Order: sequence, then C-alpha cells, then structure tokens
Amino acid sequence: MIEPGLYHMLFLSATLFFIGVYGFFTRRNLVTMLMSVELILNSVNLNFIAFNKYLWYDKMDGLFFTIFIIAIAAAEAAVAIAIIINLYRSHRSIDVEDAEEMKY
Amino acid sequence: MSGSTIIFYLLAAFTLVSALLAVTTRMIFRAAIYLLFCLIGIAAIYFWLQYEFIAAVQIVVYVGGIVVLIIFSIFLTQQAGEELPKQKPGRQLFAALAAFCGLALVLLQLTQHDFIETGNKAIEPTVANIGNQMLGVDDKGYALPFELVSILLLAALIGCIVIALRSKPETT
Repeated sequence: MIEPGLYHMLFLSATLFFIGVYGFFTRRNLVTMLMSVELILNSVNLNFIAFNKYLWYDKMDGLFFTIFIIAIAAAEAAVAIAIIINLYRSHRSIDVEDAEEMKY
Repeated sequence: MSGSTIIFYLLAAFTLVSALLAVTTRMIFRAAIYLLFCLIGIAAIYFWLQYEFIAAVQIVVYVGGIVVLIIFSIFLTQQAGEELPKQKPGRQLFAALAAFCGLALVLLQLTQHDFIETGNKAIEPTVANIGNQMLGVDDKGYALPFELVSILLLAALIGCIVIALRSKPETT
C-alpha cells in the first residue's frame, strides 16, 4: 500500500459520487433519492477539500466552497422534506411513480 | 507503511461500504442509518486531513441535522418495518452500467492527468484564519457570499413554513 495522496482522495470521492448516481437512478422513493443527493454533495465536498489540501494549500478557497455547499445542502434538504411531507398528505405515498399529474 | 496510511484505508473502506449499503438496502430505515455511518466516515476523513473545523461542521450539520430530518420524515411518511418494493432488474442493470461507465471514464482521465501543485507557503486552516477571511471585505474576503447564504437560509425557512402550512378546511 502506498502513502495516500491527492489521487487516493479523488478516487474515493469519484467512487462516492457514482454510488450516489447509482442510488439516484434505481431508487423510486423520494426520501431515498434525497439520501443519494446528499452522498453526491458530500463527494463534491471531499474533492474541494482534497484539492485545497494537496494542491493550493496557500489559499483557503476550497474550504470556503465546502462550507457554503454544506449550508446550501442543509437548506435544500429542509425544503425538499417539506415538499415530500406535503406530497404525502395529498397522495398518501412518496413514490415518484404515484405523482404523475403533470406527466402528460 | 505507517499507521496513518492504514487508518486512511480503513476509513475509506468504511465510508464506501456504508455508502453502497445505503443505496442498495431495501429497508428504508436501515438506509438512513447507513447514510449516517457514511457521513461520520467522511467527517473522520476530514479529521485525518487535519481540517478540524470542516469535520466539526460536517458532524453538526449533516449528522446532527440532515440525517435526523430524514429519519423524522421516514417516520412521518412510511409504515414502519415495511420493505421497499423490489426494483425491476433491467433498471438496476442499466443504472449500474451507467454509473460504472462514468466511474471508469473519470478514473481514466484521473490517471492520465498530472496535477501541478503551487509552491507557495501553506496557510494553516485554523478557526482564526477562516473567520478573518470569511468576514473580510477585501478582494480575498467572503463577506458577500456569506450574506447571500444567510438570505438563502431565511428564504428556505419561510419557504418551508409556507409549504408545510396546512390549508384551512373549506367551510361548506
């Protein structure tokens, strides 16, 4: 095993990103799709931190991008869960296949 | 091979395995718990990289906020203990194929690319440095995005209240 560096971090975050993409494609429940989106956002954060740590350690821009992404992800999760609960009230289900009034 | 290397590989394996379980398990509550472990693993990787502030923010916001919110919404919208319906194997196969091809493309590009690091003096990401730059108004400061995020959070707060308001039953 070699000493972990930038490539290891990028490998980890790319794998995490595509695990999230796989979950987003296969899941049909809105809460689990939201979980996949959180995984994707976390992999992006890991990427920013890795670049900041290994390439541009004289700046802190990647760190600030990570902080702002975390804040925006929290707001997005709160709004998404409000919408999901409202959808459950009107349809008694949070499956994306059951909410298709606007499809046709 | 030092101890820190072993710790990194253990943390990476832990994070990836719990992420994979979070997107494949059919029990929705277990998926939320695996997501919790995955986020804790990422926070541990931030600690390993010595970005303690980001690790603390990750634990406070993700583990303490978003996962709790997700678990509450599962309780409100799902019959407890019920399994998710089985997915069509064709859809699963194509999703796995698409994800795998994307991952292969990214890793291929990654191995061929040579990154050039800056040679300047490193800045320690301490809380004092972060705070000074975040609220600075000079050309390196982040005061304007900071205020924008605060307005976004206010808008999200009001939006959540408006969406979740139960409309009054119509008097007939």
